Amino acid sequence: MNLVIKGGRVVDPANGVDKVLDVYLSDGKIAALGNVPSNPDHTIDATGLVVVPGLVDMHVHLREPGNEEEETIASGAESASAGGITSCACMPNTEPAIDNEAAAEFVILQSRRAGRSNVFPIGAVTKGRKGQQLAEMGGLVRGGAVAFSDDGDPVANAELLRRALLYAKMFDKPVINHCENKELAERGVMNAGMVSMILGLPGMSSASEEIMVARDLALAEITGGSLHIAHVSTAGSVELIRTAKARGIRVSCEAAPHHFTLTDKCVETFDPNYKVNPPLRTAADVEAIKEGLADGTIDAIASDHAPHTQEEKDVEFSFAPFGIIGMETLLPLTYTELVLPGVISLSRCVELVSTNPAKILRLSKGTLSPGADADITIIDTQTQWEIDVSKFRSKSRNCPFHGCKVHGRVGYTIVSGKVVFDADVESATWETFP
Amino acid sequence: MNWTRRHLLGLYDLSAEEINTILDTAASFKEVSTRSIKKVPPLRGRVVANLFFEPSTRTRISFELAASRLSADVVNFEKVTSSAVKGETLKDTARNIERMGVDIVVVRHSAPGAPHRLAEVLDASVINAGDGPHEHPTQALLDIFTMREHKDRLEGLTVAIVGDIAHSRVARSNIWGLQKLGAKVILVGPSTLVPGGFRELGVEVTHSLDEVIERCDVINMLRIQLERQEGGLFPSLREYSRMFGLNRERVSKAKEDVLIMHPGPMNRGVEITPQVADGPHSVILEQVENGLAVRMAAMYLVTRGR
Repeated sequence: MNLVIKGGRVVDPANGVDKVLDVYLSDGKIAALGNVPSNPDHTIDATGLVVVPGLVDMHVHLREPGNEEEETIASGAESASAGGITSCACMPNTEPAIDNEAAAEFVILQSRRAGRSNVFPIGAVTKGRKGQQLAEMGGLVRGGAVAFSDDGDPVANAELLRRALLYAKMFDKPVINHCENKELAERGVMNAGMVSMILGLPGMSSASEEIMVARDLALAEITGGSLHIAHVSTAGSVELIRTAKARGIRVSCEAAPHHFTLTDKCVETFDPNYKVNPPLRTAADVEAIKEGLADGTIDAIASDHAPHTQEEKDVEFSFAPFGIIGMETLLPLTYTELVLPGVISLSRCVELVSTNPAKILRLSKGTLSPGADADITIIDTQTQWEIDVSKFRSKSRNCPFHGCKVHGRVGYTIVSGKVVFDADVESATWETFP
Repeated sequence: MNWTRRHLLGLYDLSAEEINTILDTAASFKEVSTRSIKKVPPLRGRVVANLFFEPSTRTRISFELAASRLSADVVNFEKVTSSAVKGETLKDTARNIERMGVDIVVVRHSAPGAPHRLAEVLDASVINAGDGPHEHPTQALLDIFTMREHKDRLEGLTVAIVGDIAHSRVARSNIWGLQKLGAKVILVGPSTLVPGGFRELGVEVTHSLDEVIERCDVINMLRIQLERQEGGLFPSLREYSRMFGLNRERVSKAKEDVLIMHPGPMNRGVEITPQVADGPHSVILEQVENGLAVRMAAMYLVTRGR
């Protein structure tokens, strides 16, 4: 079984490639660029389209096991493929938590059954994500975990996180921390600032994030462990990480699309779809995130896809759960808000959504080098379209971007050499893998 | 008459002209309360539903009386729980009640924005009777109405609002309304309860009542909630009372014709001493009386704005 993608603009920053080339896929791997056989089994005409290594979304919540009414690994994998994401890494804040080998294996198994995009588990740092005792990281790695995180319940005990960074080093896996000092963010439902003051809603200050970013950077420095900071949302955090990187600390970080497109002004509508943690910040923070994405301080764009049912979300702003779904809007928002206005180049965009997150998770993905996994996303950058939440493959609809006009539509998503999403074809007829 | 709004959700979005329209309308309704038959017909055949998701006897009774003086029928719905607790959602509750033929929904809720979300889904008019610490427009309007009655105009007046500004919907609505009408607002209270950010909106912020009291034409004392002290936002009620309480000695330093206000319910002996609350400068009971006229005006106008 082989496939040729003909006539597309191939952008592969890992190899410094940005030109019109044919891509040859064979046996689930990239076989060749440019030099393709004349009679392949299948051909995709990519004339006028952009061909990139498949997107890697390193921060999603798929709710299985425990909250399958919001999302399952299968529906999440389908949502990922519709968003051009060929691999995603799911957080362990499930019920029960992904904190042991069998639980990690379950995610891998469900991902295989789904047969769409790859889903990799992120294992818990501590047992039950309770912040008390280290989880069996060795077992989690054997089960398929690609990183460790306690997700929304960050490790509050600094000594425990120090040990986690040291211990995870044995497996060469990153520890991902959601930086939030819970005392400072207590009861907060939005960014603390002028808007929260006017609306009378309790705020979460930027300091609540930055204090833990600073702490974690210091711990990364003394341990030499691999630290990844999730969803950076404030100008102060960007600056702390920039300085740390300059000093040679081993740290990477990600930003979510809603943090470089929306501000806390949106909360004036009281629409719970704008309720997210970390909260939407100010225009100055949005600018700082964009700067960080452009200058290399921020390594990756990740959706923080956080599905919630309509009945959970459509309540008073104060009572709604935090979270925005984002796998199906990650690419168009990045393309429309960053590439089109010239904040970043298309090649930098591919680094942020594919090359770098693959590197951070140590996956043999994020590149079109011959021999790499044949995970590819083909993008139509020309056509403008409107985001329509009713068409999402995700089970949930909590997305504030409904009706936004964007560019950067996924045409095809290819995982291990097989087409798992074709924008022109209904899902039932897709080919599955393996 | 400058009024086209279907809802009264807050003063933040209103123009000075619109606020004056409500105040003028209230002035004409105030006279009704002095009649022996305290009833006029403009809302005859209309139904007002008081939806109180937070207990408040005083505000609910005020709305209820205001509605009946306009000849409307009134239904009361009180519920101390909300959708945070298991049960019917706010929207479902409101939609159900609306279907029974309700024209005006008066909402009191602990969550900021709850009335605004209802206004999006209901055909009925929505009046905000207090949404968390966000807005309490009719309270601010009755405060301003009372000031206007005594001082003729708001422009150039200096109004101090004293207390827990951070958690006060009364303070916020007063700030927006007073600023629009040209009054100068001074916020007074402990630094943990007065967001300094208000300075950026042209409001004076101070932590010493004694420093500003001589300049004030009006002093509006807010109720201090015991749970703020329990939550650790200030050390003790005794210290609060010493620094920010209004007593005779402090009032003696104020202007001869200073007005002392309080939205109620008062904590006598904490933020205000009985001597001041019942003293010659106090207009606290007038506020209650004016609340009826202002709420009549609000209900009358939102039905006209449809």
